[in-house]
Amino acid sequence: MTALLDVRNLGKRFGGFVALENIALSVQPGERVGLIGPNGSGKSTLVNCICGTLRNEAGSVHFDGRALDGFTAHQRTRRGVARTFQLPRPFASLTLAENLRIPLLYTVAARGGVLHTADHIDERCLALLREVGLDSKAHRLPRDLTQVEMRKLELVRAMAAEPKLLIADESMAGLTHSEVEEILNLLKRLNEQGVTVILIEHIMRAVMSFSQRLVVLVSGRKIADGEPNAVVREPEVERAYLGQ
Amino acid sequence: MRTHIFFIVSLIIGACVYGLAATLGNDYYFFAGYVVLQYVVLATAWNILGGYCGYVNFGSAAFFAIGAYSTVALYRFHPMPIPVDVALGGVASGIVGLGTGYLTLRMRGAFFAIATLALAVVFETLVVNWDYVGGSRGAYIVRPETIAPFGSYIKYLFLIMLVLAIGSITVARLIERSRLGYGFATIRDDELAAEASGVPTLRLKLVATTISGALMGMAGAPFPYYIGYLQPSSAFGLDYAVNSIAMPLIGGTTSWVGPLIGAILLGSLQQIATVTISSAVNLLIVGFLLVGFVIVAPNGITGLVQKYIPHRPLGQVGRRRVKADAPEATP
Repeated sequence: MTALLDVRNLGKRFGGFVALENIALSVQPGERVGLIGPNGSGKSTLVNCICGTLRNEAGSVHFDGRALDGFTAHQRTRRGVARTFQLPRPFASLTLAENLRIPLLYTVAARGGVLHTADHIDERCLALLREVGLDSKAHRLPRDLTQVEMRKLELVRAMAAEPKLLIADESMAGLTHSEVEEILNLLKRLNEQGVTVILIEHIMRAVMSFSQRLVVLVSGRKIADGEPNAVVREPEVERAYLGQ
Repeated sequence: MRTHIFFIVSLIIGACVYGLAATLGNDYYFFAGYVVLQYVVLATAWNILGGYCGYVNFGSAAFFAIGAYSTVALYRFHPMPIPVDVALGGVASGIVGLGTGYLTLRMRGAFFAIATLALAVVFETLVVNWDYVGGSRGAYIVRPETIAPFGSYIKYLFLIMLVLAIGSITVARLIERSRLGYGFATIRDDELAAEASGVPTLRLKLVATTISGALMGMAGAPFPYYIGYLQPSSAFGLDYAVNSIAMPLIGGTTSWVGPLIGAILLGSLQQIATVTISSAVNLLIVGFLLVGFVIVAPNGITGLVQKYIPHRPLGQVGRRRVKADAPEATP
C-alpha cells in the first residue's frame, strides 16, 4: 500500500544545533502512530517540517503520493495535513463557531471547489461543535473556555479542515485523567472515520492505549519504530526516554 | 443589511449631508467638511490593514502624498478631470502598497511599523528631489473658481470626497462581512494558526496593503486642487500619519464604524479648534484624546459599546455564497 505520509531523510538545523538528522518516517492510511521523545528531541520540529511551518534543509516530505517540498503551510493544510498546537492557538476575536468557519471557508471550499452557502457552513460548524460537546458555547469567545474545552476547540478546528492526516501535538497536556480519556475517545472516533492520526504525547498511558505503532525520537534522531509494547522495551528507548 | 441597500442608504445620507452644508450658505462648511471626509477615507483605509489585519502602518502620509503628487504629475503633463486623477492616484498608491507589502510583510509589530515610517521618509526624499512635480519648491495647481452645476469649486471637491468616503466605507464593510474579512481577522489573531487552517496569509496581507494604499492615494488625489499649492511638507504632513492611526483607535478598530466615528469626532473637533483657537492645537487634541481612550476605552468607542451588547450571532456575518478558490498550481 502507498504510504500516506513518507518522510525521507529529513534534516533540520538551527544554526549549529542539529534539530533533526536523517529522519525517515512512513505512515500508512488509517494508521494511528504515536510519536514520543524527551523534551528537545525534535518532535515539534518534525511536525513543523511536515506541516510547512519550518523548511527542512535536507530530505523531503511526501504526502498522498506527492512531494510537499516548496508548499506553504496553508497549501499543505489544503492537501489534507492538519495539526493542533502544543499550546492552543484559537482565533481570540472570533466565536467558537467562527473559529470553525475558517478551515471550512479556506480549506474545504478551496479544496473541493464546492460552493457553500452561509447556512450550510453554519450547520457544519454547529454539527462539529456538537460532536465535541461545545455546541452550547458556539457563540462564545475562546476566552470563556476551560482548558479541556480549549483543547477540544483546537482539535475540532483541525477536524473542520477535513484532513486525511491529523497531527495532534500534545493535545492532552495538563488535562485530568477523565479529560485525557475524552480527548482519546475523540481521536479514536476520528480515526474510525478514516483519518490517519499521529499523536505526540508525553502521557505514556494515552500513547500506549492509542497507538498501533510507536516512533521514538531522541536528540533529533529516530531510535525506534515499531509495535508499542516492543518499542518501550528496547534498551535504547528505556535508557533515553523512560530512564534506567 | 445587504451591501447594495447599505450603499443606497449611504448615498441618501451623503445627499443629506451635502444638502445641509449647502443650506448653511457658507463655503467654509464645505472646506471644513472636505477635511473631515478626507480623514474618514484615510482612517477607513488605515483600518483595513491596521485594524482588520493588525499591521500598524505609520506610512499613511506616503500613500496620501503619492495620490496627491500623481495628480500634480498628471496636471503638469495634461490636466485631467479630478475623477480620473482619483482613479490614477489610487492605482499608483495601490501599486506602491503592493510593493511595500512584498518588502515588509514578513516583518511584524514594531519592525513593520518602522519600515512603513521609513517608506514615508524615502518617498518624501524622492519628491523633494523631483523637479517635475516642483521638488522642494512645491507646485501650484490653478483651479477654476466655479464649476457647473455645483457653483463654487469647493462644493465639487466636497462632493468627490463624499463619494470617496461612502465608497471606502462600503468597501471596508464588504470586506468585514466576507471571507476576506474572516481571513484578515485570523491574521490579526494568530498567523501561524491561520496558515494551519488553510488561510493564505501572505496573499491576504498583500490584498490588504494594496486596498489600503489605493484608498489612501485616492484620498490624496484631489488634495492639490483643494490646497492650491502643494509642497512636500504639506503632502507628507505628520497630521495624516497621526490622525489616520488615532481616529480608528479612538473609534474602534474591529469594525468599519470605528474609523468613521473616530474621523468625524476628531476631524470635527480639529476643525472647531482651528477656527476658535489655532490649528496648532490639533495634534494636542489627538494626543489628549488618545491618552484618554487608552485608559478609559482601549478598544475604542465601538469596543465600549460592544462590551454591553452580546457578540454577533452566528450567521449574521457573511450570509452569502462563498466561491471557492481556484485550484492551486504546484510550485
